Amino acid sequence: MRNESPATSTTRIVKRLLLVVVGMFGFGFAMVPLYDVICDITGLNGKTSSRYAQAEPVPVEDRKITVQFMAQNSEGMSWYFEPNDAQVTVSPGEVKVVSYKARNSNGFAMVGQAIPSVAPNEAAQYLMKLECFCFQEQPLAAGEEVDMTIRFFVDENIPEKITKLTLSYSLFDITDYEISGDEITAR
Amino acid sequence: MSALHDDHHHGPAKGLTRWFYTTNHKDIGSLYLWFSFAMFLLGGTFAMVIRAELFQPGLQLVEPNFFNQMTTMHGLVMVFGAIMPAFVGLANWLIPMMIGAPDMALPRMNNWSFWILPFAFAMLTATLFMDAGAPNFGWTFYAPLSTTYAPDTVTFFIFAVHLMGASSIMGSINIIATVLNMRAPGMTLMKMPLFVWTWLITAYLLIAVMPVLAGVVTMMLFDIHFGTSFFNAAGGGDPVLFQHVFWFFGHPEVYIMILPAFGVVSAIIPTFARKRLFGYDSMVYATASIAFLSFIVWAHHMFTVGMPIAGELFFMYATMLIAVPTGVKVFNWVATMFRGSMTFETPMLFAIAFVVLFTMGGFTGLMLAITPADFQYHDTYFVVAHFHYVLVPGAVFSIMAATYYWLPKWTGHMYDERLGKLHFWLSFIGVNVLFFPQHFLGLAGMPRRIPDYALQFADFNWISSIGGFLFGASQLILLVVVIKCVKGGKKATAQVWEGAQGLEWTLDSPAPYHTFTTPPDPKLIHAQ
Repeated sequence: MRNESPATSTTRIVKRLLLVVVGMFGFGFAMVPLYDVICDITGLNGKTSSRYAQAEPVPVEDRKITVQFMAQNSEGMSWYFEPNDAQVTVSPGEVKVVSYKARNSNGFAMVGQAIPSVAPNEAAQYLMKLECFCFQEQPLAAGEEVDMTIRFFVDENIPEKITKLTLSYSLFDITDYEISGDEITAR
Repeated sequence: MSALHDDHHHGPAKGLTRWFYTTNHKDIGSLYLWFSFAMFLLGGTFAMVIRAELFQPGLQLVEPNFFNQMTTMHGLVMVFGAIMPAFVGLANWLIPMMIGAPDMALPRMNNWSFWILPFAFAMLTATLFMDAGAPNFGWTFYAPLSTTYAPDTVTFFIFAVHLMGASSIMGSINIIATVLNMRAPGMTLMKMPLFVWTWLITAYLLIAVMPVLAGVVTMMLFDIHFGTSFFNAAGGGDPVLFQHVFWFFGHPEVYIMILPAFGVVSAIIPTFARKRLFGYDSMVYATASIAFLSFIVWAHHMFTVGMPIAGELFFMYATMLIAVPTGVKVFNWVATMFRGSMTFETPMLFAIAFVVLFTMGGFTGLMLAITPADFQYHDTYFVVAHFHYVLVPGAVFSIMAATYYWLPKWTGHMYDERLGKLHFWLSFIGVNVLFFPQHFLGLAGMPRRIPDYALQFADFNWISSIGGFLFGASQLILLVVVIKCVKGGKKATAQVWEGAQGLEWTLDSPAPYHTFTTPPDPKLIHAQ
């Protein structure tokens, strides 16, 4: 301040502070991928990976884990949506196929999207899905009924204390915001 | 800047346009303060509707949806319309006079940052008269309540928040530039009054988190209108993400509303105790520590979302750590009063009430910080009691204390001490009758934001509402006191208060329209 005129020094301060403002606005948005990455790595929030599992199943015979299945419709979703098996018992590393039944009883076509959640949260990262109907949208014509499958195994590194885990799907009606390719078709 | 050279001896311009075009920090400070008082009455009216509905169990006066609109608008108007602009108004009036500067560093931007606000709040309150009704999702506007299930007026809310954010950011840039750049010779950083220090730190907090608030409402806007899924689980988003981003803003925001209050109280208590402030340096460092900690405790608002135990422990301990610098401050205020020659004029009464009642709010905050206890208290009236204790007898009382303390300097007249004391005692009794029973309601399990309640809560709600009406009505006394004081009264001396220290008391009362066009004598700058 003593060596330069206050005006230039004010301009410099303002410029720096504006940079902080822009940076923090960006940081707000950066929290979105950061949050996903942290949830993905740690399995917090019970989020299972939204990708096909890359891991190779290594069978471990001497442990048994009960996997329970649940289904729920989000508000406004009118499909019949239930698991065909309420629970299965697997050994870590054993590949299992189970299915859910969905029926669109309405007189018009609809698109559904299932979102998975695992309890307890820390089990989420050990549930490896080789194939899952939740990876895709589910378009059902009027009156159509389908069996939707999941191929999964439980990773052999799952902590000893977990003997039971629950995989729950919430089914959302996304007919109005169906995403085809990159285009968003609004209602 | 060169704006100073030709208007040394000019008074303010005449007529209404003075207020639209003014770049004078005193004019803009007055505008902010009057605006904030208007918003205080508006938000208070909403609170009266809430307390009237909760006066008895059952639904008497308003529809549940309108009740939700009232709680939402009360929170938004009080936080963004009353408390924050009041502190910016005080900053405008006082910072240049306290550091010996002729005006704020960026006077024209100062004008702009004020005049955005009336438009923002006109937009927000206009939603009350629209078919879809005002925002009804709580001032925390959690998604998907504020996105998928929001009334159509949510877009007005989003743009109003954008404008308030822009105003706060500009105000903060101005304050930082003023404090760093415009101090009189001899006014080193560690000689600045604590009010200037607390505002400098608050301004940095605002600059860091207001853009995050702008970001989160922008994400909402995109989710609502452009088909993105930031917070929509069906599209791969996550509603819990909203809470993280919101509280990353929200927690520093609560310190934005209290740090300047610390500065005000640190100015008033030494004056009426007739002693130097105890532990000036530790006050500065405590303020900075609180500001830093405010960034790493946000998830204590979300203990019940299902965090892993490690996260809950971290946020619990970090939150409790804040009690340490806050305790330093309370200790320093008490030590300042210890063996002082105290007198109890209205500003001092408000300041002492601040210390006592804010500390109570701080203690309930510690209770809420205990994760397992929070599982019980979460979303009950205990939380409402906690944050109203820190915001009403905390932030609001400090603003009132500041008003009484500096009013003679602003107007040139002494205020009516009898009315001032009456205002204080009615407010003090009212605020405790209003909020103290809410602790019991919360511990007994009454949920917040619900227009009806079980019969067992009837008595405490009845008491609380009576206190609410008393507190609300007694604020009109403040209006009378201020108007009387502006119009006339006993002439105030330059010094005003016997024990007051600081550059603003070397100026005439009322403070001339232009002050410190030449820097003050360095000898006047006392060490705090």
